[in-house]
Amino acid sequence: MSGDHLLSIRNLKVRFRVYEGVAAAVDGVDFFVEKGETLGLVGESGCGKSVTAMSILRLLPSPPAELEGEIEFQGKNLLELPQDELRKIRGGAISMIFQEPMTSLNPLLTIGEQIAEAIVLHQGLSRQEAWDRAVEMLARVQIPSPEARAKDYPHKLSGGMRQRAMIAMALSCNPNLLLADEPTTALDVTIQAQIMDLMERLREEIGASIILITHNLGLIAEMARTVVVMYAGKVVEEAPARELFSEPLHPYTQGLLGSVPVIGRKFKMEKKRLQEIPGIVPSIFEMPRGCRFHPRCHRMMDICRLEEPPMVEMGQRRRVLCWLWA
Amino acid sequence: MGSGKEKTAKLPEGGRSSSEGIPSGTQSQFRKGLAKLLRNKMAVFGGILILGYMVTAIFAPILYPGNPSTPNLMRSLERPSWEHPLGTDELGRSILGRIIYGSRVSLMISLGVVSVGLLIGVPLGLISGYYGGKVDFILQRITDMLLAFPGFLLALALVAILGVGINNTVISIGISMVPIYIRLVRGCVLSVREQVYVEAAIAVGTPDLRIIRRHILPNVMVPIIVQTSLGMGTAILFAAGLGFLGIGVQPPTPEWGAMLGSGRGYIFNSPHVATFPGLAIFLAVLGFNLLGDGLRDALDPRSKI
Amino acid sequence: MLQYTIRRLISTIPVLIGISLLLFVMLRALPGDPALVLAGQMASPEDIELIRVQLGLNQPIHIQYAKFISRLAVLDLGRSARTQNPVLEEIWARLPNTFLLATTAITLACLIGIPAGIIAAVRPYTKIDYLVTSFSLFGISMPVFWLGLMLVVVFSVTLQILPAGGIGTWKHVVLPTVTLASFVVAFIARMTRSSMLEVLSQDYITTARSKGLMEKVVIIKHALRNALIPIITVVGLQFGSLLGGAVLTETVFAWPGMGRLIVDSILARDYPMIQGAILIFGLLYILVNLIVDLIYAWVDPRIHYD
Repeated sequence: MSGDHLLSIRNLKVRFRVYEGVAAAVDGVDFFVEKGETLGLVGESGCGKSVTAMSILRLLPSPPAELEGEIEFQGKNLLELPQDELRKIRGGAISMIFQEPMTSLNPLLTIGEQIAEAIVLHQGLSRQEAWDRAVEMLARVQIPSPEARAKDYPHKLSGGMRQRAMIAMALSCNPNLLLADEPTTALDVTIQAQIMDLMERLREEIGASIILITHNLGLIAEMARTVVVMYAGKVVEEAPARELFSEPLHPYTQGLLGSVPVIGRKFKMEKKRLQEIPGIVPSIFEMPRGCRFHPRCHRMMDICRLEEPPMVEMGQRRRVLCWLWA
Repeated sequence: MGSGKEKTAKLPEGGRSSSEGIPSGTQSQFRKGLAKLLRNKMAVFGGILILGYMVTAIFAPILYPGNPSTPNLMRSLERPSWEHPLGTDELGRSILGRIIYGSRVSLMISLGVVSVGLLIGVPLGLISGYYGGKVDFILQRITDMLLAFPGFLLALALVAILGVGINNTVISIGISMVPIYIRLVRGCVLSVREQVYVEAAIAVGTPDLRIIRRHILPNVMVPIIVQTSLGMGTAILFAAGLGFLGIGVQPPTPEWGAMLGSGRGYIFNSPHVATFPGLAIFLAVLGFNLLGDGLRDALDPRSKI
Repeated sequence: MLQYTIRRLISTIPVLIGISLLLFVMLRALPGDPALVLAGQMASPEDIELIRVQLGLNQPIHIQYAKFISRLAVLDLGRSARTQNPVLEEIWARLPNTFLLATTAITLACLIGIPAGIIAAVRPYTKIDYLVTSFSLFGISMPVFWLGLMLVVVFSVTLQILPAGGIGTWKHVVLPTVTLASFVVAFIARMTRSSMLEVLSQDYITTARSKGLMEKVVIIKHALRNALIPIITVVGLQFGSLLGGAVLTETVFAWPGMGRLIVDSILARDYPMIQGAILIFGLLYILVNLIVDLIYAWVDPRIHYD
């Protein structure tokens, strides 16, 4: 079962113990990523998708975070790996890029230095060799005048260039898996497309898999092979991208898709207004009983109020957490 | 994981900025802050110290009936005993009594100092930050100059000009505190002014005074409160320093620093004369620092600690 | 960088002018004849007349100011009304002592305070953090002159291993340095702690960890480097403060430094000395601030690209 899977997450639970109580940010999440695929992880802000990604590399501050479950990678459970082995994987076999390129780079070190330090660590090259390779990577991410840029400090680069630099950093050691947490959200729309193209191209070249975390369905449509939809700390639907868009099963997914403006839609589908999902994401301390989505669901049934729905397998990488399909 | 409650669609609570000005989250913010403050053991301890200090100051005549400054040379430099729990000083006066009355003096001085700082510093800071331009420039150069000297030295220099005595002590230390308030308030005003809701209010034509009162003042409140608590402690410390040097409160008025200064000559044989007043200073200042720190942690939303 | 330096130097001019104005006004704000005031009780009528000419008291106010400035520029600060020695000479004799004290105190404070702050920040809310935080709060609340006296009681009176005051051997330096350092250590430890905590919560620290760097490297190479920048400013300001704030410590330990000089002058109404001391202090403080700003700009690449 787990033969072909690059990464397997099983029953991941992440709790935050704070003064006000215990917040279950992620509550029993499973999915897997295959070699060479781009998996889209979608959901509203606060649904737990970033927390899930950070848990893979155990980057959450450990009090107050408490992790439970299994994350299997290269035959080992990452959640139980000793620190020194975990560190080998971070930046090496699995690397991550973050949402805010402005603040994700150390302002006091040059770009080249920040890329080179990972290379020295994971590939054992000398400082000079690592620097050269860093410049190479900058060229690969299409930053002009890479030798000069490498000596620059982050504040001299634009947002788009900084994100490219981060991508260069993350891919410098040829990872098997790249975690991309909202990589283009903080960038201009025009730059977004460039960055995504870049990522896709490099992914192919290196042969890596990507977990793409975003709330932007357009990106998902373009890049992802498989999509996992999360809501309030749980996976509510998983489907190959095409199927998700053509036939969403879960009412939440339907709502998400219905709220995306499409040119020509008013004409084609005679729908005059954008549909929004009424209500808001529930507070992490006050989860609704039964199905977490039921208060906002236009197809709610009585049972939804009382019991949590089962995960229904509907085929190859196709499942939905909903009473409608049980 | 459910709590049994049903969630109905509802608007986000708090934090909604209406054209009325004060963000409606402020009330609950204060209450949350208070709860957080009370959880901070050190801050509570500080609060107790301050309470003790104020009670002593207010009820001084009850706690020690009689005149603490009347000399009684027959009983000079006595060690602590039942009759005089903290001993007597070089003029035979009860140290305990002088410390009790000294708390009054310190309290009055620190209240005076903080008042001077607030009454002069806050309006100047508001004007400087809000109106900018030439007024701001000049005020800032003056503030730079005043801040070019360490606080105590500035107070010292002012005393050199104005002379000694309790009033001049208050004025000198107060003036040395003014630039701190100006900087603080100005900084706050500048950052609040950038906020979109303030720009909106200006665009709609709201009169300046109302903008200042409704939008800016509530946000400036928190740093002012924190600074004031810390400032009370600093005032006690500075006043004691001046007293110690003999250029603050003049005898026979009991002032802790002055008591330390005059007790200094006797440390070889009667260390108690200097020890206890100093302890009083320490505890009072500690109280204000603990509370001020606690207030900062509790009320500053940006505080990451 | 050079541009920045020049700009900073220029910006000190208004402050210098301001201080000179302050001193100028101060003298004339005092009741009585400024010449008398400057000359002091013991001066002869000839001396007073000499000063009157020097100050140009019979001439319009702007000429007086010009004369004042021109004398300041060559550091002619007049003569002490108390000792009749040139002010500059008296100051020059004492400045090194204050400097010695301030330097040792700051060094001691950094050696203890910065590591303490780092450790507290790296292990927040643990016992060691509470220890550091408590000690720091105590330290900044402690009246320096009381601490000094208490130390004298313990080490000089009771244990008799260290002298109670004066200057001469290394033993004389110990107690004053410890006393002076007490406040600074506490302050620096607190600042270091909060600066480190601030830095450790930044995104780039998460990025550094995500690259698989050892925690030691993350803390020293990434976090500390950033955290030290505001700390440099604080240390510099504290040093400047110590040059002036040593007043109380010097009094307690009868240390012949600038602080004592100022206080004695104030008590004796020795105005030329007061003026001179304030001026020198102001200059030193401004100089220290300037150096701190320059170091800051040198260390932080974001600034010198301005």
